[in-house]
Amino acid sequence: MNGFFSNIDWADIGQAGLDTLLMLGGSLLFTLLLGLPIGVLLFLTSKRQLLAQPLVYGLLSFVVNILRSVPFVILLIVMIPLTVFVTGTSLGVAGAIPPLVVGATPFFARLVETALREVDRGIIEATQAMGATTTQIVLRALLPEALPGILAGGTVTAITLVSYAAMSGVIGGGGLGDLAIRFGYQRFQTDVMVVTVLLLLILVQLLQMLGDRLVIHFSRR
Amino acid sequence: MIQFKNIYKSYRVAGTDVPALQGIDLRIEAGEIFGIIGHSGAGKSTLVRLINLLERPSAGQVLIGNTDITALDAAALRAQRQRIGMIFQHFNLLSAKTVAQNVAFPLSLAGGKSKAEIKQRVAALLARVGLTEHADKYPAQLSGGQKQRVGIARALATEPQILLCDEATSALDPQTTQSVLKLLADINRELGLTIVLITHEMDVVRRIADRVAVLDAGTVAEIGPVAEVFLHPQHPITRRFVLEAENVDEGELVDDYAHVPGRIVRLTFTGDATYEPLLGAVARDTGVDFSILAGRIDRIKDTPYGQLTVAFTGGDIPAALQQLAGRGLAIEEVRA
Ligand SMILES: Nc1ncnc2c1ncn2[C@@H]1O[C@H](COP(=O)(O)OP(=O)(O)O)[C@@H](O)[C@H]1O
Ligand SMILES: [Mg+2]
Repeated sequence: MNGFFSNIDWADIGQAGLDTLLMLGGSLLFTLLLGLPIGVLLFLTSKRQLLAQPLVYGLLSFVVNILRSVPFVILLIVMIPLTVFVTGTSLGVAGAIPPLVVGATPFFARLVETALREVDRGIIEATQAMGATTTQIVLRALLPEALPGILAGGTVTAITLVSYAAMSGVIGGGGLGDLAIRFGYQRFQTDVMVVTVLLLLILVQLLQMLGDRLVIHFSRR
Repeated sequence: MIQFKNIYKSYRVAGTDVPALQGIDLRIEAGEIFGIIGHSGAGKSTLVRLINLLERPSAGQVLIGNTDITALDAAALRAQRQRIGMIFQHFNLLSAKTVAQNVAFPLSLAGGKSKAEIKQRVAALLARVGLTEHADKYPAQLSGGQKQRVGIARALATEPQILLCDEATSALDPQTTQSVLKLLADINRELGLTIVLITHEMDVVRRIADRVAVLDAGTVAEIGPVAEVFLHPQHPITRRFVLEAENVDEGELVDDYAHVPGRIVRLTFTGDATYEPLLGAVARDTGVDFSILAGRIDRIKDTPYGQLTVAFTGGDIPAALQQLAGRGLAIEEVRA
């Protein structure tokens, strides 16, 4: 074929797409699982909240800020030894997930903290006045009330992970980003570049639509 | 039943202690509706939140029954809080839960009741506040008055002995306020529940409270049965509340009377005397003439009262006043 798509190997694209989905799914899962409790802890230990602990908050907040200020590309490289230690490899899907999680968790934790701050203080007070424990307040009042905001944060995080995952192509992370870098950029195969970017765009669109739907479904305001 | 003993409370703001309550000694009796009135910032919310320790006093004790609640451990305090209901100006309902789920919430937090028992209790509570058909709606779909009724049902769910109301009607229109106050008064009567109600509106206190404390700058300026406090206010703050409620400006009044001849007094009738034709009879008897300058006939909770500002001319005015006083009217000199 001499057409525009002459360089495209659809099997490669398919495999890369699958890798991207695996990287996204795996890293999103761990990011949500780790970021949610960290976000709750950030909220609870901050000023005038239930477990106000300036020292704990200051420390946690500092670590989160450091991780958030490191450019992701740098994080990818710095994390290689740790990644090898955890997953046995720094390549492919498995090698990409740890840096993705470390990059996105602080981001998501901040979004969770912000979503919790949006919950009317009066609701915490009313629940406290009923004789609830702090655990009950968090699990039964705060998190359900903040759910739409947390879902919106999860959506933003998922989309950020798509672009982070593409970047992990730099260290041989596999996936669509890897393909775009190796063929589209380094070998000037514009068609590969266009197709991968289009696929990423579609993925981002789908994530946003799904996220918006979830947010609307759980919003009762 | 609820007793504040020498309570002080200050908040730490930007490194300095700002006093909110300065030496409160108060006793609220079981089963009464106790009103606390004061201007914004007087310390009303702080005071009421001491009863369930949403705020802790800086010094002093809060007794409920014979228990000093400031000395309770965390678990005992939670158990105590379950026996105290609270409603709020902005309702504070959980937006993600339906009306029925909101009312069930304190029950499921407390534990110890089966799903079926909770369901039954919620149905009874919703029926009591007239919201049965709204059980599956979310708070956002309700009017302000309906939301406060959910708040009341929720507050009553755990069968508390005390209900705290922090400006519970301040976000409602006058008609809705009336119906919510009536509901509170009915519940007080039916359940023998002690209600502590704070407000900046005298009308609210006048309509349902038995006794009232007037709070000013963190101290109790005046306390007593509502009729006594509002018909014969002693403290300048109380007088201001009374005049505000009647939409009169004291300075304006005195100016108005400048060109009215005679001796001006304010007569207060309470109870049955309110409806008797006393003034005419006394005037005939003593040969005085009178003109009514201002007046109102109203009720304080269940007691009718009348308050008239009258100018007397001619005849034997001291005798007339003596006769009126003899019939149980309270007389205050406005201008000799
Ligand atoms: N959490 C708080 N932090 C600092 N100051 C407060 C706080 N709550 C109340 N205050 C102050 O305490 C005083 C009494 O407040 P409050 O009890 O809310 O009065 P009210 O309910 O009568 O309007 C006010 O001066 C208010 O600014
Ligand atoms: Mg207040």
